Amino acid sequence: MWKYVVKRFFLMIPTLLGVAVLIFVLMRIVPGDIVELRLAGESGSVSVELLKSERARFGLDQPLWKQFATWMWGVVRFDFGTSMWTGASIGEEIKLRFALSLQLAIMATAVGVVIAIPLGVASALKQDSWIDYVARVVSIAGIATPSFWLGILMILVLLVVFKWVPPMVYTPFWVNPWQNLVQLIWPALAVGYRLSAVVTRMTRSAMLEVLREDYIRTARAKGLVETLILKRHAIKNAMLPVLTVTGIEFAFLMGGLVVTEQVFNLNGLGLLFVQAVAHRDYTLTQALVLLVASVFIIVNFFMDITYGWLDPRIRYR
Amino acid sequence: MAINVPFDAVEIAASAEARSGWWGTVLDFVRRRPLGAAGGAVVLFLIVVALTANLIAPYNPVQVDFGAMLTRPNAAHWLGTDAFGRDVLTRLIYGSRTALLVGFGAAVVGSTLGAILGVGSAYFGGRIDLYLQRLMDIFIAFPLIILALAIVAILGNTIPNLIAAITIPMIPRCALVIRSTALSIREMPYVDAARAAGFGSARIILRHMCPNVMAPYLIMLTSFLGQAILLESSLSFLGLGVQEPTAAWGLMLRGAAVDFAESAPWMAVFPGLAISLAVFAFNLFGDSLRDALDPKLRTL
Repeated sequence: MWKYVVKRFFLMIPTLLGVAVLIFVLMRIVPGDIVELRLAGESGSVSVELLKSERARFGLDQPLWKQFATWMWGVVRFDFGTSMWTGASIGEEIKLRFALSLQLAIMATAVGVVIAIPLGVASALKQDSWIDYVARVVSIAGIATPSFWLGILMILVLLVVFKWVPPMVYTPFWVNPWQNLVQLIWPALAVGYRLSAVVTRMTRSAMLEVLREDYIRTARAKGLVETLILKRHAIKNAMLPVLTVTGIEFAFLMGGLVVTEQVFNLNGLGLLFVQAVAHRDYTLTQALVLLVASVFIIVNFFMDITYGWLDPRIRYR
Repeated sequence: MAINVPFDAVEIAASAEARSGWWGTVLDFVRRRPLGAAGGAVVLFLIVVALTANLIAPYNPVQVDFGAMLTRPNAAHWLGTDAFGRDVLTRLIYGSRTALLVGFGAAVVGSTLGAILGVGSAYFGGRIDLYLQRLMDIFIAFPLIILALAIVAILGNTIPNLIAAITIPMIPRCALVIRSTALSIREMPYVDAARAAGFGSARIILRHMCPNVMAPYLIMLTSFLGQAILLESSLSFLGLGVQEPTAAWGLMLRGAAVDFAESAPWMAVFPGLAISLAVFAFNLFGDSLRDALDPKLRTL
C-alpha cells in the first residue's frame, strides 16, 4: 500500500510542472501585456523608453527561461510574489476569495450528496417504479439545466416573492454566520442541483451493478435481513465510484464557478480568474491556475488512495 | 461546466448485435426505448429548425426595432422582444444554428481526436503511452475556463475558435476512456493476426482497432453533444463565446436579460428553456443509445 501511495504521490509532480509550463507559455502567447494595458489607459501615445523601463520593473525583459525559473523558485518556497495589477501580495489577493469559493463548493457538494445518495439508492432498489422514473427525469434535467440560468430564475423568484436582492458585499462566515449562510444558500442550491444529478445517476448505476453481484445473492441465500444486505454489502461497495465522481465534481467547483459567481454577484476565485486574465496579470493568473490545478490533482490523489484503501484489489496494479 | 465521462462507457463491450438493416435498427430502437426515441425526435426537430431557420423565422434576427423594445409576448411577437426590439422567437430559432454547430463540431472533433489518441496510446504502449497519459493528466487538471479564455484571446472570437476551446478539454477525457477499452482489444487474436500478416501500425489502428471501440466512442460522442452546448452557452453568457449580433442562446441571457429580468422575464426564461430542452433531448437520446449498445447493463 505504501509503495502505491508514494508512487502515486510522485506522479503528481510532473503533472503540476506541466500545468505550470502550460499556463506560463499560454499567458505569454496571449497578445498584449500588463504594461501596455496599464499605460494605454493614461494617454494615447507612450514612449518606448517608458514601456521598456516598466517592463524591466516587472522583470518582463528577462529571457523566458529565467522568468520561469524565478517563478518556480518562488513557488517552491510558497512565495507567489505580488499581483502585477494591484501590487498586493498574491496570498492576500487570493485568501478571502479562496475562502468564499471553498465554502460554496463545500455547501454545494453537501446539498448535492444529501439529495443524491438516498434518491439514487431508492431509484436502484425500486427499478422501473415511479420513484425510479421521477429520479431519472429529475437527474437528467439537472444535468441539462445550466446552473447559471437556474441562478437567474432563483433570483427572479426571490425578487418577485420576497423582494430579496443579492447583496453587494460578501459577509465572511466568521463575521456573521447566519448572514453568510443566507447569502450562499441560493448559489449552493443552484450548483448543488447539478451536482446531485450527476451523483444520483452514478449512485443508481453503481447500486444496480452491485445488486447483481454473486455475493449479494449469497447474502440473500444465507437468509440475511434485507437492511443488513444493503448496509453491509450493497451500499458499501456501490459507494466507491460515487465517491470518485463526487470528488471530481468538488474539485471542479473550486475553479469552475465563474458563471454562477457572476450571476449571484459573488467575488470568488472565478471572478478573480477572469479579471487576472483580462489584465494580463501574469503572476496572479499563474498562481491561480497552479492553485486550482493543485486542488484538482490533490483531490484526485486522495480519491485514488481512498479507493486503494477501501478496495485492496486496486492497490496492486 | 465540468466535462463528465459517462461512467460505464469503459465497460461496454464493442459487440452490438447485427440487426436486419438500418430501418430495422431504428424501428427496434423506437419500440424498445420510447424515451430515447422522444429525445431523438427533439434532436431531429432541432436540426430541421436550424437548417430552415431563414424560412420559418418570422423576423430578421439582427433587425433592431426601437419601436418594439421589451414587448410582452403577443400575437405579433409570440415570445416577446428583447431590449433592442429584436424578436425573441426569431433569435431562438437562429440560435439553434449556433448551438448545433458548436455542439456537433466540438463533440465530433473532440471524441474523434480523443479516440485516435486513446487507441494509439494503448496500441503502442510503453514510453509513448506513459508520456501521452501524463500529457492528458495536465490537460485534465488545467482549469477549463482559463483555457477557453486564453484560446479566445489568442485566436479571436469566432465560432471555429470557440469549438477549439471546447474541444481541447474533451480530448483527454475521451482518450482515457477509449484507451482502457483499446487495451483489452490489443490482446485480441485478430490484432496479433494482423501484425503477423505484416500490416503497418496505421492500418492496424485504423482498420482493426478503431472499429472495435465504436461503442464507447459513440457514447462519448453523444454525451459530449449536450455538454458542448452547455459550455458554449456558458462561455457566450460570460462574453467569451459568440459575439453580438449573432444569435446564440447563452448570449441572449447576457446583459439586459438579467437587468430587466423582473419587468421582462420572457427574455431570461425562454433562451434558458431552449438550452435545457436541447441538452435534455441529447442526453436522453445518448443514454438510450448507450443502453441499446450495451444490453447487459441497463442504466438511466
